[in-house]
Amino acid sequence: MYDTNLVLGGKEFSSRLIVGTGKYSSMDVMRDAHEASGTEIITVAVRRVSLPSGESILDYIDTKRYTLLPNTAGCYSADEAIRTCYLAREAGLGEMVKLEVIGDQRTLFPDVIGLLEATRTLAREGFTVMPYTNDDPIMAKKLQDAGAACVMPLGAPIGSGLGIRNPYNIKIILESVTVPVIVDAGVGTASDAAIAMELGCDGVLMNTAIAGSRDAVSMAKAMKLAVEAGRLAYKSGRIGKKLYATASSPLEGLPDWTS
Amino acid sequence: MSVTINVNGKPMDVEPGLTVEGLLTLLNVKREYTAVAVNREITPKATYAAVTLAEGDKVEIVRPMGGG
Repeated sequence: MYDTNLVLGGKEFSSRLIVGTGKYSSMDVMRDAHEASGTEIITVAVRRVSLPSGESILDYIDTKRYTLLPNTAGCYSADEAIRTCYLAREAGLGEMVKLEVIGDQRTLFPDVIGLLEATRTLAREGFTVMPYTNDDPIMAKKLQDAGAACVMPLGAPIGSGLGIRNPYNIKIILESVTVPVIVDAGVGTASDAAIAMELGCDGVLMNTAIAGSRDAVSMAKAMKLAVEAGRLAYKSGRIGKKLYATASSPLEGLPDWTS
Repeated sequence: MSVTINVNGKPMDVEPGLTVEGLLTLLNVKREYTAVAVNREITPKATYAAVTLAEGDKVEIVRPMGGG
């Protein structure tokens, strides 16, 4: 079936799965998982260089092949997040940013007030802003109006693996905005990713579900297939739900067994 | 005589007149995919050799790490 590409900041991506670089058991496993996932966009954090500086994570990511997506994880204010984005840009990581303004350490839920402020500033400064937000349709619309290149509602708390807790809100977000909607956070297994895509989401971003699984490389492949399957199912138009059975075989032409 | 600066949260005694360029060389930090901020302001790569570090300066040297 014909499908369009995911467009972010004027760039086109045929893969709708965005993956991270955190918590892998080794750099080799991470590299193989990236390969298996078919991803084209990879998130990274921006942190202090440990001194003396050893090998870099970028020794294991082909930056000609993958687009890097620096995040602002760990930022608790718009100011910190904005400065982190500037640092990322100065470091040569590009202008596409996964914007996080965290509101609380325990839940890692976003501080949407700070998020909106940072989105407005960074969009004005030419960044392609991809904000991690609540599954709140009103906020999604406000982020779009502030210049966000997409909105990334959480399915469930970061790293929780609880799946898409509120598919109805995700559905309303999809009706509320015209920018791409990418579910970010909460995916635990392949069916969660498929559900997000079946709802009509434009992509899924995940890290722990792959990196934390027992076999990260095969889980990465499972996620690739789930995202593709969910997308195809969405594009194909599922059947309606009915309470009672509808026979698949014709009712006419049954042989007569009565004596 | 030396001046004390703060590099990534740790105090460090350096020669007076040391530049950002000199500091990165001293610490053997790769330039690629690295960014520097001095006293919360980003130092553009092109100015590394021109920015001199003074007593009490807070230097942040960052690069990409694993994250989601």
